[in-house]
Amino acid sequence: MRRSPRDSAESARKIGRRGLLLGAVQAGAVAVLALRMRSMQLAHADEYRLLSEGNSIKIRLLPPARGLIHDRNGYLLAGNESNYRVTITRQDAGDVAEVLARLRRLIALSDAEADTILAEIRRRSPITPFTIAERISWEEFSRIAVNAPALPGVTPEVGLSRVYPRGGDLAHVLGYVGPVSDFDLGRIEDPDPLLRIPRFQIGKVGIEAKMEQALRGQAGSRRVEVNSAGREMRELSRQEGDPGDALQLTIDYRLQNYVQARLGEESASAVIIDVTNGDVMAIASAPTFDPNLFVRGISSATYRGLNENDHRPLADKTVQGLYPPGSTYKMVTALAALEAGVIDPKETIRCPGYVEVGGRKFHCWRPAGHGNMNLQQSLEQSCDVYYYDLSQRVGIDKISDMARRLGLGQRHDLPMSAVAEGLAPTQAWKKRRYGRDWVIGDTLNATIGQGYVLTSPLQLAVMTARIASGRAVEPRLIRSRNGVEVPAPPAPALEIDPAFLVAIRAGMDAVVNAPRGTANGSRVVAAEMRMAGKTGTSQVRNISAAEREGGVTANDDLPWRQRDHALFVAFAPVEAPKYAVALVVEHGGGGSAVAAPLARDMLLFALYGKLPPLSAYPESQRTRIQNQRDQMILVDPDEAPPTASTRA
Amino acid sequence: MSLLDYGLRSPPTGIRKVLYINWPLVVLLSAIACVGFLMLYSVAGGRIEVWAEPQMKRFGAGMAGMFVIAMVPIWLWRNLSALAYGFALLLLIAVDLFGDVGMGAQRWLELGPLRLQPSEVMKIALVMALAAYYDWLDIRRTSRLIWVAIPAVLILVPTALVLAQPDLGTALMLVMGGGLVMFAAGVSLWYFGTLAALGVAAVAAVLQSRGTSWQLLRDYQYRRVDVFLDPASDPLGAGYNITQAQIALGSGGWAGRGFMQGTQSRLNFLPEKHTDFIFTTLAEEFGFVGGISLLTLYALVLAFCIHSALSNKDRYASLLTLGIGATFFLYFAVNMGMVMGLLPVVGVPLPLVSYGGTAMMILLMAFGLVQSAHVHRPR
Repeated sequence: MRRSPRDSAESARKIGRRGLLLGAVQAGAVAVLALRMRSMQLAHADEYRLLSEGNSIKIRLLPPARGLIHDRNGYLLAGNESNYRVTITRQDAGDVAEVLARLRRLIALSDAEADTILAEIRRRSPITPFTIAERISWEEFSRIAVNAPALPGVTPEVGLSRVYPRGGDLAHVLGYVGPVSDFDLGRIEDPDPLLRIPRFQIGKVGIEAKMEQALRGQAGSRRVEVNSAGREMRELSRQEGDPGDALQLTIDYRLQNYVQARLGEESASAVIIDVTNGDVMAIASAPTFDPNLFVRGISSATYRGLNENDHRPLADKTVQGLYPPGSTYKMVTALAALEAGVIDPKETIRCPGYVEVGGRKFHCWRPAGHGNMNLQQSLEQSCDVYYYDLSQRVGIDKISDMARRLGLGQRHDLPMSAVAEGLAPTQAWKKRRYGRDWVIGDTLNATIGQGYVLTSPLQLAVMTARIASGRAVEPRLIRSRNGVEVPAPPAPALEIDPAFLVAIRAGMDAVVNAPRGTANGSRVVAAEMRMAGKTGTSQVRNISAAEREGGVTANDDLPWRQRDHALFVAFAPVEAPKYAVALVVEHGGGGSAVAAPLARDMLLFALYGKLPPLSAYPESQRTRIQNQRDQMILVDPDEAPPTASTRA
Repeated sequence: MSLLDYGLRSPPTGIRKVLYINWPLVVLLSAIACVGFLMLYSVAGGRIEVWAEPQMKRFGAGMAGMFVIAMVPIWLWRNLSALAYGFALLLLIAVDLFGDVGMGAQRWLELGPLRLQPSEVMKIALVMALAAYYDWLDIRRTSRLIWVAIPAVLILVPTALVLAQPDLGTALMLVMGGGLVMFAAGVSLWYFGTLAALGVAAVAAVLQSRGTSWQLLRDYQYRRVDVFLDPASDPLGAGYNITQAQIALGSGGWAGRGFMQGTQSRLNFLPEKHTDFIFTTLAEEFGFVGGISLLTLYALVLAFCIHSALSNKDRYASLLTLGIGATFFLYFAVNMGMVMGLLPVVGVPLPLVSYGGTAMMILLMAFGLVQSAHVHRPR
């Protein structure tokens, strides 16, 4: 071994004794710890549990102010207002009925309300505060605060609540907020403790929902000392949260207000976008509703009224509504044919009023026929037979490919709820979907925007903007976030021969400005403001996704419901396009008679930035336009500022 | 003794040593560390990457270090004891001169990617040095004044350096850890009696010096003492930690509130919830059952150390094992005593459970020494 025999027996014995002693000390200490644990966790657990539940120092979360939303000119679209409310805690109140009676001398409460509240309080836990009244006035709030000594258990509280100062004008764009529901908690994987705050509001639909993370902000916290009854005695420390991001939309509120007012109570929708950069200037669905109703708690009767209305005010038709585009689709077919080289713009096709394909007759809308048509004339007079012929030459797949390049049949990434994809059908799609082969009749239907083709007003607006600008513009809704511009790189040029686009634009010009154009009645006479467009009248009702699942085959098989949808797409000015509009009036009748005049008014308002001078309209129409204006109520955001209580 | 020991005259050599490692101890240490991972996962609100994952990596590294150290013969470590002590002393001086200031104290030394707390190293180096000293010292001289003075200096020099940081908790740990080794080595009980008397006098002096020009401790250290004596005196300031910790612990009850259900820690009532106060979360979420289980694991580690030390005929190995066991004991006893309100708040982590790099790795390496002593015991 390596060592001297110094490790004698004596040493070992000594270490053994001291080691044992050390072990005993350690064992004793462990026993003390165990006993202490037992005493705290078993003998006195209840006391500590009580202390923990009624912990005299409580952390209260401070809900952050939700991010404000403005329009492109800085008008407030969604703000926050102080919400004064009064709560009662039964345990502290003692005689609830007596306290309530005293409270009723200070704030307005009907007998029925008081009875309901009394019954409700008795049912609830005695220690949780119960909200007696919300949105009480500042005067009522201060009256209660002053009389606090006479009102045991009653607490006046102040919180922030979302408010939409523009009411229904942007209901579908902004959506609305509501208290977090159990459904929300189950659906979203979001550990943010803010969501656990009772009555905390989160976005339910629209931008409020899609931009929830940005708008919500970060919670602050404060440490308060509370008494055993849970009433706050004093605030110990406070850390403010970060308010949510402020958003600026591309929407021009004045225009939006005008468009909404112009659509009125029709079941209709309109989208106006800037063809140069895709900014959505206005996007309105009618009829609309007041989103503030949802924030404040909508009554079931009102909700039922909205939900059962056959004009579907709750639906956002601009992005969710899918319609057969009707003749507005003819630009797509024409561009596909031009690109495939199967037609020359000057070439004429004779329209006898119908064409027979595969043993079936396909009619032109004009039974007598149009005679010889070239490309420009075919658009101008919306000849169906010309396009029946074209479609057979070019085939459905090329048409649908062109549709997608123009922005149809694809989901545009806007922060709105349930943005629909639409449909630009192909042979492979039908085979996959229905297990049946594509037939030539399908092509003929599709080519005039019927049959399987489905588009949303947003997509039609994008299509028009792309045709007008020659660029693959993408729509966008958020202009800046916390004052920082959202970058909008210039859209790449469409990979379409500019000469073809010029031919199409000439055709759309003719639709409005040529004497035989289908929308000639809606022409603009002001120089440099002239409009080009295309009418559409689609002969089927709005096909829901469910119906498509069920297997709608051809237009003829569909049940006929009331009147046609009226569509119109347009851009202006013709010489240097600035804005594009797409408009759909459900069951409105003909596109030229119903949709075109509305679209003209909206485009002119966008171009002038205000109501256009009457001189922009053809002379014969000015009196009628004036009359119609007299009946319309518009909001001037400069004269009607949002309520004073609205704040950041 | 396992079956393999039968008939062996000398310690095992080569790879066969692995078979002589005390595997139950490895399992115990791993079990304790797993409790730590679980609690770190819980206090991070169910996220593993915040604390649990780095802790696991360090545990892996520490375990590797433990095995390497265990394979090296214990007599080599004995010969390196003085060197280790000197190295640790240099580190302590370095940290006083160049160390990082964290939480009002200079404790950390940045060595490349490593963030080292030299006082942790010193705890083990001191035990090694004292064990080597008593191994060398003629046993009859153990209680002579001059031969007691030498180890006292060995203890007090690093203690003074640690106090200068200032880190009262670690300084006390060094004194007590060193004292326990001297006790085990057989130093006369008279010395300990005298020391205890002097200690009482020193405490009196420290308390007396408060507010005078020769004040011995920092203000925050006095406040901790006040708070220990009466936590209710300042429930929101200095007493806040201890009050909240006790509420968390006590409210756990028999079986606790359940994993990840502790309201005290979840709602951020608890300070330092991932380091010094992690035991409160365990006690709140797993209750008495959980707390006692962890305490039992710790007690079993101690029992192993004492058994191994007493059955080892090598004096250095015995003293080292006892000393490391005692240091380990001081860690968890002081930490638990603190959160249970039995001791004043001093910054001592819960060994192998609290989040913290150096403490865990050094402790595992120390157990490597214990294993080496066990593997290479004379037979």
